[in-house]
Amino acid sequence: MYTAKMRELIKKVEATRPRRFGIQHPRMTPQEREEVLNQCHPDYKEEGFRNIRLGVNKGLKVPLELANLIEAKSRLDNVAIDLDHISYDVDVLIIGGGGAGASAALEAYNKGANVLITTKLRFGDANTMMAEGGIQAADKPEDSPSKHYMDVMGGGHYTNVPNLVNALVGDAPKAIKWLNDMGVMFDKQEDGTMVTTHGGGTSRKRMHAAADYTGAEIMRVLRDEVINKGIEVVDFSPAVEIILDQEGKAAGAVLYNLETQEYLIARAKTVIITTGGAGRLHYQGFPTSNHYGATADGLVLGYRAGAELAFADTIQYHPTGVAFPPQIFGALVTEKVRSLGATPLNIDGEQFVFHLETRDVEASAVIRECLVRDKGIDTPTGGKGVWLDSPLIEMIHGEGTIEKRLPGMLRMYKKFGIDMRKEPILVYPTLHYQNGGLLINESGQTKVENLYVAGEASGGVHGRNRLMGNSLLDIIVFGRRAGSHAGEKSKDVELKKLSLEHVKVYHQSLKENGVETDRVAPMMLPHYTHGREDHVKKERSEKLHA
Amino acid sequence: MAKNEMVDIYILGKKYTVPSTLTIMDSMEYAGYQLTRGCGCRSGFCGACATIYRIKGEKELKVCLACQTKVEEGMYLTQLPFFPGDKKTYDMSQLKPTADTMMQLYPEIYSCIGCNSCTKGCPQELNVMQYIAYAQRGEFEKCAEESFDCVSCGICASRCPANITHYQVGLLARRLNGKYIAPETKHLKERVKEIQEGKYDSDLKELMKKNTDELKAIYNARDIEK
Repeated sequence: MYTAKMRELIKKVEATRPRRFGIQHPRMTPQEREEVLNQCHPDYKEEGFRNIRLGVNKGLKVPLELANLIEAKSRLDNVAIDLDHISYDVDVLIIGGGGAGASAALEAYNKGANVLITTKLRFGDANTMMAEGGIQAADKPEDSPSKHYMDVMGGGHYTNVPNLVNALVGDAPKAIKWLNDMGVMFDKQEDGTMVTTHGGGTSRKRMHAAADYTGAEIMRVLRDEVINKGIEVVDFSPAVEIILDQEGKAAGAVLYNLETQEYLIARAKTVIITTGGAGRLHYQGFPTSNHYGATADGLVLGYRAGAELAFADTIQYHPTGVAFPPQIFGALVTEKVRSLGATPLNIDGEQFVFHLETRDVEASAVIRECLVRDKGIDTPTGGKGVWLDSPLIEMIHGEGTIEKRLPGMLRMYKKFGIDMRKEPILVYPTLHYQNGGLLINESGQTKVENLYVAGEASGGVHGRNRLMGNSLLDIIVFGRRAGSHAGEKSKDVELKKLSLEHVKVYHQSLKENGVETDRVAPMMLPHYTHGREDHVKKERSEKLHA
Repeated sequence: MAKNEMVDIYILGKKYTVPSTLTIMDSMEYAGYQLTRGCGCRSGFCGACATIYRIKGEKELKVCLACQTKVEEGMYLTQLPFFPGDKKTYDMSQLKPTADTMMQLYPEIYSCIGCNSCTKGCPQELNVMQYIAYAQRGEFEKCAEESFDCVSCGICASRCPANITHYQVGLLARRLNGKYIAPETKHLKERVKEIQEGKYDSDLKELMKKNTDELKAIYNARDIEK
């Protein structure tokens, strides 16, 4: 429910709506885009970053919170681990049970490999499940993989690794067909034509969707298929360290059973990290649209084992996170809301930016409107936001469109007394995606032999900025590529003696580089208290002064 | 401001005083829990946080997702972090989209006694009993549509006297619908064929060789579909 003050402000939005309807706000020029990024994008704020003091990328600039995890001790410091006591012995070990992990598992299985998926929470608890908007693929006659390639490169500011982009766009239609043939219910017209829309920065309408449950629909089908194949999945058992063999090749992982608090050894011929992103590190204090488990564990494990980071200093802030109500603060308002025609407005009910700039530009424009131009709307909890004029969608596409195309969004707001069909919604950027990660090649391989990465934990595909709909695509394309390659490769791997020597060396290196710390990583689970300490402090001082 | 207003809630029977503005999930963390079970996407999509509660003094048991529901005074709550529902395994390529398939894999759906407990229990407000009825009749397109927003939280199955695992039935119906009933996409099939024939390889190879300035020039001159 909006406050009385907010309802007053909504009247301005309603007053300008007829005048705005049907009028397209101009896109920014390349210079204007550059300017707003420099002025307002969190990636350009130097104080949010520092250079890491050890490891393969010593000196690399990464977000402070990630640097703290990289410059931290292993959970296995002072823990006796018997590497000969093997609990799981498989060909391919997949760490992470999201869309990339499931796709990798299915392809490795197809190669005849014995596969184990181990995951921190439940199988399917992943950002994949929450990807609402869609998945890109150039599968329509007016589109082509080359056009998709250009959109990806432009969106990533020409920094993307060309080989990876080539793989992404070239495999995209195959990825859609693979999912479709498994029974993923894409939105289609009666003749079978895919219903596709624009996303920020696309030159063709190539966003495929399953209402606004696209990721959920993909994840539940992939999960079902993995279970149907009889692939073993171990829940609530995050990996805390990669195990190498005596030659420095990846050969398994130490798992931690969150419930029995035991460490378990998983031995494997090839290892794939598919642990996803880092939103729960709350870079620069931002709220996040990410899953509870998104704590960058894979980056920490992989880096310690010797894999390189790439683009680790580029974070995607989704332009439209929930600014109000506070109960769902930071939750994602899918880009599809803008794809369908909703436009961002300031306190005067005026549009201040084209509604489908690339995400970094759009987010920066929202931040500028609120913090520089002071044209944002205050929220009762002391934050700011801008309107997203969702009722426009019903005017453009007809009544009932929101219920049909955005049922998840409609339900989420309804639960808190807001009807987005009739009232605009209040949004502010939210930490959404880790553009970079562990550097891979087109088969998902890292520099560490037999160690693969796929999905959000990997880096290079998206360069410095990812377009909407290319992350669901990424997890399918590179999950499959990594799984297939790792499955095949596992046939030629000869098992050697297992070793955690690299962890000792890492600890030594912490000392040598002057890092004195009690921090332990990976983080595994975030810790939230929702202001309890402040309440307790206040109560105590009130008692003292009573 | 309502910010400082506190309410008493009972987590697994134990009383905690928490701010009234919090969701159930946040209130558990405020109380001092670090969640492992019963917490997932925190956005209403994953079904990890199914919660059953009763308000003190009332009789009715209510259900919700902990991340999407505010606390209320006198809330007695417990979570349902896992439900041991039955999932059959199958080879999708061997199935037919007919009622016989359901009959073979999930015959218990025909024991539905029409009590509607599943529907009453659904935190997504889906008409669960209706989609089971569609499944019984082999009307998978309707079943798929009606069950589409399911988050597999398991509450429906936990309340079913006929031991139906509704969410698995809905999932099977959606997969049958997506694979066999939904119309085939010709442009997709054609594009995949073209890619396999290498139609775009030379274009992409050219683009991969371009430097940043050349790419910029192409990018800024793109024609953009209306």
